[in-house]
Amino acid sequence: MNIFKIIDEIQEVDGEAVERLQHATRRSFMTKFSRSMAAAAVPTAMAGIFNKAYAFTPGAIEVLKFALTLEYLEDEFYKMGNGAAGLIPAKYKDVFSQIGKHETQHVNFLKGALGAAAPAKPTFDFSAGGAFPNPFGVFDTFAFLSHAFEDTGVRAYKGQAGNLMAKEDEPLLDYALQIHSVEARHAAKSRDILSEIRGIDRIKPWITLNEGSPAAVYAGDENTVQGGVNITGIAGKSLDAVTEAFDEPLTKDAVLAIAMLFIK
Amino acid sequence: MNKKTKELLPANASEQNPVLDVVNRRFFLRSAGLAAATGAFVMQSCIKDHDLGPGNNAAVNLGTGDIGILNYAYALEQLEAAFYTQVIATPYSGITDKERRFLTDIRDHEIIHREFFKVALGAAAIKGLSPNFTGINFNSRASVLGAAKTFEDTGVAAYNGAGILLQDAGYLLLAGKIVSVEARHASIIRDLLMPNSISFAGDDIIDGNGLGLLKRPSEILPAVAPFIYDTIDASGLPKP
Repeated sequence: MNIFKIIDEIQEVDGEAVERLQHATRRSFMTKFSRSMAAAAVPTAMAGIFNKAYAFTPGAIEVLKFALTLEYLEDEFYKMGNGAAGLIPAKYKDVFSQIGKHETQHVNFLKGALGAAAPAKPTFDFSAGGAFPNPFGVFDTFAFLSHAFEDTGVRAYKGQAGNLMAKEDEPLLDYALQIHSVEARHAAKSRDILSEIRGIDRIKPWITLNEGSPAAVYAGDENTVQGGVNITGIAGKSLDAVTEAFDEPLTKDAVLAIAMLFIK
Repeated sequence: MNKKTKELLPANASEQNPVLDVVNRRFFLRSAGLAAATGAFVMQSCIKDHDLGPGNNAAVNLGTGDIGILNYAYALEQLEAAFYTQVIATPYSGITDKERRFLTDIRDHEIIHREFFKVALGAAAIKGLSPNFTGINFNSRASVLGAAKTFEDTGVAAYNGAGILLQDAGYLLLAGKIVSVEARHASIIRDLLMPNSISFAGDDIIDGNGLGLLKRPSEILPAVAPFIYDTIDASGLPKP
């Protein structure tokens, strides 16, 4: 890999890249970079430069690797689903295509940030050893897994925000929050589709109590203590509403336990 | 100044007596046969008669540090809670059962968020703000959902942008728990407007790296100013 050629390529995307690498803050460089619509191709090319120019904390690097593992899973899942002839009804094709596009973008972005530290893509089994047979042949199964993956992703990123609070990790906290909000949009629409095809109004775009399947994805979401305050009954609102109003985090271990079901 | 009238405003009103003042005016206008286009103009005059116009209130200071950021969030939640309270009190014509269910849930979530911040902030909480919804036609699905989309997208961008400004990990987690719910709201509102399109997570608010909108207080506050009569003083907020 010719480092000078890479820098030249980056100069084409960001004309002041050389100056930025030498002098600028991480934020100004990465903000400009993230506004580029050609960004999908660039991150992998600039891997080495990221590592050299930006010293994120080791803890933050671990968060990125964890995030990338989940994004690999989602990316592969949607690539396979979107590519499976006859799986997704025409009316939902645009939705899943858009979700898949974002997951691919997330993979590329995180690989770019990690550079040489990026883990390789695992081999996945989306049937989870037969627990969810034929996920790319039966739309209900595909939609079910989609909502579970998205809700897991939201809870996973949320659980890691606290590990990105060092000053030098500030750009990463921004990015984590930005990705997290996109996954939440995915989750809401995915849940809405599941609700529609199953005819179950109780499945809402938001999570009610700890209702949902697989149970591990929703465990703990019935929590009513926020910031040390028990908000049961606040403003006369129902327990449903109170638990819907706040999404709960999941620990890295809890998320990996779910993800491992789908990794060979 | 008519302080009593101010206390009836939607911003901090309870469930039982939500928007009586505004609702009564709106029902009057509708039954009087006034077109939506003139409604806003008439509303403006009515409100000024009650001394609720801009320039009549001292600036509301959000404070500094984490408290400042929490008050910033509290202000936005006040706005959203008041908006959806009005929406459910005077639903737009043609509202479907599903839309009503979703919007009622969203109203409840925003009220819960608002009340949570009020409790959490305690004596440090800013006062109840006076929302300005004169630009919204609550009888129109397009106007209501359009405003909802703006409020939700703005809320998501605001919470995203506030992350690095918080010092306390507990507050960051709280902001994180709320922002994903706002993003769920935003997603479904957009889908109501353009069903099964890409709009739920559209290219207009997500960039080429799959990153959603993120804005700092300095960008958000001017954008929401048209919806709040009070002047907000954010000069003490942490800078990025």
